[in-house]
Amino acid sequence: MTTPLLEIRNLHVRLEEQPEIEILRGIDLTIQPGEVHSIMGPNGSGKSTLAQVLSGKEDYEITEGEILFNGEDLAEMDADERANAGVFLAFQYPVEIPGVSSMQFLKAAVNAKRAFEGKEELDAGSLIKHFRAKAEQINVPFEMLKRNVNEGFSGGEKKRFEIFQMAVLDSVLGILDESDSGLDIDALKIVSDGVNSMRDGNRGFLLITHYQRLLSYIVPDRVHVLVKGQIIKSGGKELALELEEHGYAPFGVNETASQPVTA
Amino acid sequence: MTSLLTDTGTAHRDGEVPSWVRELREAGAAAAASLGLPTPRLESWRFTDLRAVENIDFAAPRAHAPKLASGAFAAFEIEELDVARAVFVDGAFSPALSDMAGMDPARVMLLSDAVRECEAELRDRLGTLMLAPEDGLEALNQSRMDDGVVVIVPDGATIERPLEILCVSTGEGDPVAWHPRHVIVAGKGSKVRVLEHSVSMTDDAVSLTNSVTEVFADEDARVEHYFLERDSRSAFNISTLATKQETRSDVHSHTVLLGGKVVRNNVQPTLNGANAHCLINGLYVGDGDQLLDNAMRVRHSAPDCQSRQHYKGIMNGKSRGVFTGRIIVDKAGQQTDAVQSSRAMLLSESARATARPQLEIYADDVKCTHGATTGRVDDEAVFYFMSRGLSEEVSRAMLIYAFAAEGFDRMELVPVRRLLAREMIAKLPKAAGLSIEV
Repeated sequence: MTTPLLEIRNLHVRLEEQPEIEILRGIDLTIQPGEVHSIMGPNGSGKSTLAQVLSGKEDYEITEGEILFNGEDLAEMDADERANAGVFLAFQYPVEIPGVSSMQFLKAAVNAKRAFEGKEELDAGSLIKHFRAKAEQINVPFEMLKRNVNEGFSGGEKKRFEIFQMAVLDSVLGILDESDSGLDIDALKIVSDGVNSMRDGNRGFLLITHYQRLLSYIVPDRVHVLVKGQIIKSGGKELALELEEHGYAPFGVNETASQPVTA
Repeated sequence: MTSLLTDTGTAHRDGEVPSWVRELREAGAAAAASLGLPTPRLESWRFTDLRAVENIDFAAPRAHAPKLASGAFAAFEIEELDVARAVFVDGAFSPALSDMAGMDPARVMLLSDAVRECEAELRDRLGTLMLAPEDGLEALNQSRMDDGVVVIVPDGATIERPLEILCVSTGEGDPVAWHPRHVIVAGKGSKVRVLEHSVSMTDDAVSLTNSVTEVFADEDARVEHYFLERDSRSAFNISTLATKQETRSDVHSHTVLLGGKVVRNNVQPTLNGANAHCLINGLYVGDGDQLLDNAMRVRHSAPDCQSRQHYKGIMNGKSRGVFTGRIIVDKAGQQTDAVQSSRAMLLSESARATARPQLEIYADDVKCTHGATTGRVDDEAVFYFMSRGLSEEVSRAMLIYAFAAEGFDRMELVPVRRLLAREMIAKLPKAAGLSIEV
């Protein structure tokens, strides 16, 4: 039996600053190498919390359960160690960093990973070659690397640049936190094509999304419905279509009521 | 009264100076005596206490500069920057270390020579930007006018080779107080660049530098001025850059404060001709118990002028940063376009930063914007960097560097950017190993 890429067992999580509220209430999820899973859920279900906990954000406290990545306890690792071990979070809102060029940022990131793996730093020429190849694969203009990290990028550019970074770092577990939000159909297609180009027998993906739309382009092996911090239903890709048709209402969620009236 | 105010540092040379210079000195001495050293009771000096200097027995610069080992001097060179250089060691001019050639057709000489040889250019200018000193220090400088450098650029000349005025403090012998006066006269349509670079050979050299630089930019002239302050942690450094700018002239002032115990940086441009422009760009990086006080006073006296002030501070330890940005728009300053921004980043609980915008506007059709922020390294950004595999230390260092980088980018002399970036990184906590391309 192969070791799962990601194994989440009975995960309970609360915010450090608001310990009285439990956000994740017993999550079980296993992703085998090569699989694409999707977590769908309404607003406030805990989707983004799960993404952030997996990638090592410090604002959360795991009160129960465990997360194994390639059989190793992820909770023991800091965010940078997780990244270097192959976990990648594509942010819902990538942070703009004026003053740091994307090139400089990615050079530092690639070499941090190589140091982690005990390899020598790549020289500037090899790095540029690597960036060019990945830019072509993910369909982002190489010129993007000359701009400061995410600064002044459109919503679509930001999301594409996240996928590009994942390819550059050659991550094995890609967690996409609402990478489809705010994208027009062309941008959605570029993002999806980028992810699909990375699919192979080893990599796994966790697609976190509110809508089914993304899953027409990146077809998942499994779909999980997350409501109020618990996975209440799992199924094949057809579950996403079911949700698209009936919404989250059959799961006792009244989404319109939770939205501001003026929205 | 302190010894600083009564001591007659340069009196022995008075016999050689023209009477009009002696009169300026006497007026300065009278003003200094009545104003005294500034105290925190003065609004403009509220955060900066100079009382410590009163307990130090400062000597005047010696007549001849002490010799320096050539190796020690090399450490202060700005790599890959070809400069003409005037070197002062403990306040005394060092002919052996200086090379003021290569700036033709500009004339570059010591003030003591210039007051005789260039009276026509200096007599109506020297001291005119200091006539109403706000505090005893400017007056004190006027009373001494120790030897500094005078640069006179003829109309239409572009001087490629920058002049570096390098002030070295050795930390040997008695602590020295000196009050140099530098003057830059840029003729119509001329271009010139001057760097003032203040360094120390030891970590604890006590010195007091109270310098004044007067810049006269004639029509269409362009002057770039850099002030790189890297004194020892026991040094007091008070500097004043005052400019008078005629029509369409452009003056850029770049200041970087890294060293010193108490540092006061005054920048005082007067936009005197229509469509003049000034850029006031600054970065101050403090730690330990440093006090870095920046006092800007931009005066718009003519219509259609632009001023841009961008200052950034990075404060660690128990250091304190102050930015006071005064913009005065005279009645004649219609269509003034003034921008001021002050941003500070605090790296420790005990570091402090104070920003004080002060607008005095007497014209009715002006655009003045100002903004001040104080914050810490953004945790979201740190997490973003860490999620790409960078350690927390490197992430923070890169973000702190990025905060400052905008200021470097405004400097046209790339070797200066590199030097400052390196020095700044060396001063950041846990930034060793951070490699940054500038």
